[in-house]
Amino acid sequence: MTAAPARAGTAIGMSGVTVRFSSRRSQTTALDDVSLDIQPGEFVTIVGPSGCGKSTLLKIVAGLVQPTSGEVSLLERPVRGPQKQIGFVFQKAALLEWRGARANILLQAEMRGMDRAQAARRADELIEMTGLTGFEKALPHELSGGMQQRVALCRALLHAPPVLLMDEPFGALDALTREQMNAELHRIWRETGTTVVLVTHSIAEAVFLGTRVVVMSARPGRIIRTFTVELPTHRDYAQVMSDPRFDRLATDLRGLLGSAAANH
Amino acid sequence: MTENSLDTAGRQAAVDMTEGGRAAVSASGATASSDTVDAPAPSTVAGPPPGTDGRPPRPTLGRRAVALADSLWRPALVLAALFAAWWFVAAQEYVPNYLVPTPGQVWTTMTGQSSELARHTVVTLYETVLGFVLAAALGLAAAVAIAYSRTLDKALYPIVLFAQVIPKIAIAPLLVVWFGLGLTPKVILAVLIAFFPVVISGVAGLRSTDPELLDLAATMGAGPWRTFRKIRFPNALPHLMAGLKVAVTLAVVGAVVGEFVGASEGLGYVLLLANGNLDAPLLFADLILMSAIGIVLFVLVEIAEALLIPWHASRRAGVSLTTS
Repeated sequence: MTAAPARAGTAIGMSGVTVRFSSRRSQTTALDDVSLDIQPGEFVTIVGPSGCGKSTLLKIVAGLVQPTSGEVSLLERPVRGPQKQIGFVFQKAALLEWRGARANILLQAEMRGMDRAQAARRADELIEMTGLTGFEKALPHELSGGMQQRVALCRALLHAPPVLLMDEPFGALDALTREQMNAELHRIWRETGTTVVLVTHSIAEAVFLGTRVVVMSARPGRIIRTFTVELPTHRDYAQVMSDPRFDRLATDLRGLLGSAAANH
Repeated sequence: MTENSLDTAGRQAAVDMTEGGRAAVSASGATASSDTVDAPAPSTVAGPPPGTDGRPPRPTLGRRAVALADSLWRPALVLAALFAAWWFVAAQEYVPNYLVPTPGQVWTTMTGQSSELARHTVVTLYETVLGFVLAAALGLAAAVAIAYSRTLDKALYPIVLFAQVIPKIAIAPLLVVWFGLGLTPKVILAVLIAFFPVVISGVAGLRSTDPELLDLAATMGAGPWRTFRKIRFPNALPHLMAGLKVAVTLAVVGAVVGEFVGASEGLGYVLLLANGNLDAPLLFADLILMSAIGIVLFVLVEIAEALLIPWHASRRAGVSLTTS
C-alpha cells in the first residue's frame, strides 16, 4: 500500500466496545465487546447478517453514537462527540433536493467553512474523477441512483478526509451499477490512500474491495473472524471474480455467515 | 397530454407531502429519475446526452402560458356557467332583486361607490396583510422553538393544539372591549386564526429532515445555525408554504370577523351596513371585494412558493395554481 499516508499508529482503534440500547420493555445489546484496530490506508469491509450492529459500529467511530462501555479512538485521539476528520456515505444518498450535484458536493465546504476557491477546484476534480462531468447542475431527482451515490461519495471526499466510513453505500443499486461503483471506489481508494471502512451485505463486494474482511455475528454483534484478503492491491473486477483465491474466501465467508445467522 | 399527466403526478406528490409522507416524495423522485438520466459508465460515456445539459428542458414562457390556460379553462367554464345562472335568475326576477340583485346592479354599485369601497378595501387588506405577516413570523418562531427544544415541545405544543379548539371568533367581542374599535383587535384576530396552520406546517417541515442529513451535518462540524440555514429550513419550506397558503386565506376571515364585531371602516363594516339597509347590490359588491382580497393574496403566496421551491415535487409540473 504505497499510497497510504505516512502516519504511524492506528487510524481507528476500538477495544471492548459494547453498545446497549434500552427501551422501556427490553434491553438490546447491539455490539458486544468489539475490538478492532485499523491501520492507515487499509480498506476494511464488514459483513454480517442484518441487524448485527454494523451500522452502529460506524456511527460509534463517527462519534454519533456513544458506546455503553469500551474505548474508541480515531487517528489516535479518543472519540468524544461527532468527528470531523471523516467522510460518511449512507445507503441513501441523502442529498439536498434543492441543490444541483455540484452544490450538493460543496455543502461539505460550506458547512466546514472551507476556502471557497480551493473547495471549488477540489469539487471539479472529484466530479471528473467520478464521471459526473456534465451533470454539475442536475438536481438529485434528475439523477439515477448510481449518479446520486456518486455525488454523495464526492461530498464525502471533498475535504480529503483521512478516514472514509461507508454504510452499505451501494445497497440500493442494481447489480450492474453496483459492480461499476465497486470498481470505481477501488480506484478512488488506490488514488487517494484514504482509510476506508465499508459495511456491506454483499460477500463479493466485501472481498473485491477489502484488504481485510471482518465477519460479524447476529445480535448481539460480535466479531467472529477477520480475514486478510490475499489479492493484489491493484484489482480488476473481472479478474478478481475468476480468481480461485476470491472463490475460496467467498465460500468461507458464505459458510461462516450461514452459521452465524443460523445460531441465533 | 403529457403535460396533464405530469401535473396530476405532481399534485399527488403534493398531497402525500402534506400528509407527512416523505417516502412518497422520494418514491416519485425515483420514478422521475429513471426516465430522465441514466447512469453512464464513466469510463465509456464521458458527458451527458448532447444539448440537454443533463436535465430535462425547463418550460419556456410560452409553454407555461399554454399550461396555465390548460389548467384554467375548466374552472373558468364552471364560473361562467354559475355567473350566467345568477344573471338569468336575477334578470327574470325568479327571486326578487332586493334579495338577489342582477350583475348589472352590482356593477353599478361598485363603480358608483368606487372611491368609498376602495377605501374600505384598503383598510381590510391592510389588517389582513399585517395579521398574516405577524402570524407567519410568530408561527415560524414558535415552530422553530418547538422543533428544536424538547422542553418547549412538551410545554408549548399541547397548548397550541388546544388553543385551536377555542372558537377564536368568540374572542372577538372581548378583543374589541380590550383594544377598542381600531386596527388592533382585527389584526390580533387575524393573527390568532392564521397562526395555527403556520406552526403545524412549520413543525412538520422542520421535523421531516432526514436524520442521516443531520448526522452528516454533525460530522461536518457545522453549528446549529448553519445546519438550520443550509439544511433544515430549506427542507421545511414545502410544508411551510402549504401552511402559509392556508394561513393567508384565514387571515382574511380574521380581519372581517374583527370588523363585524366593532368597526367604523373596512369591508366587514360595510357588509353589516348593507345587510341592515337591505342593500343587496352593495352586499354582493362587498362580498366580491372580500373574495378578491383572498384570491390575490393566495396567488401572491403561490408565486412566492414557485420562486422559493422550484425544485420540489409539487412544483415540477410547471404552472400550478392547484397544489392545495
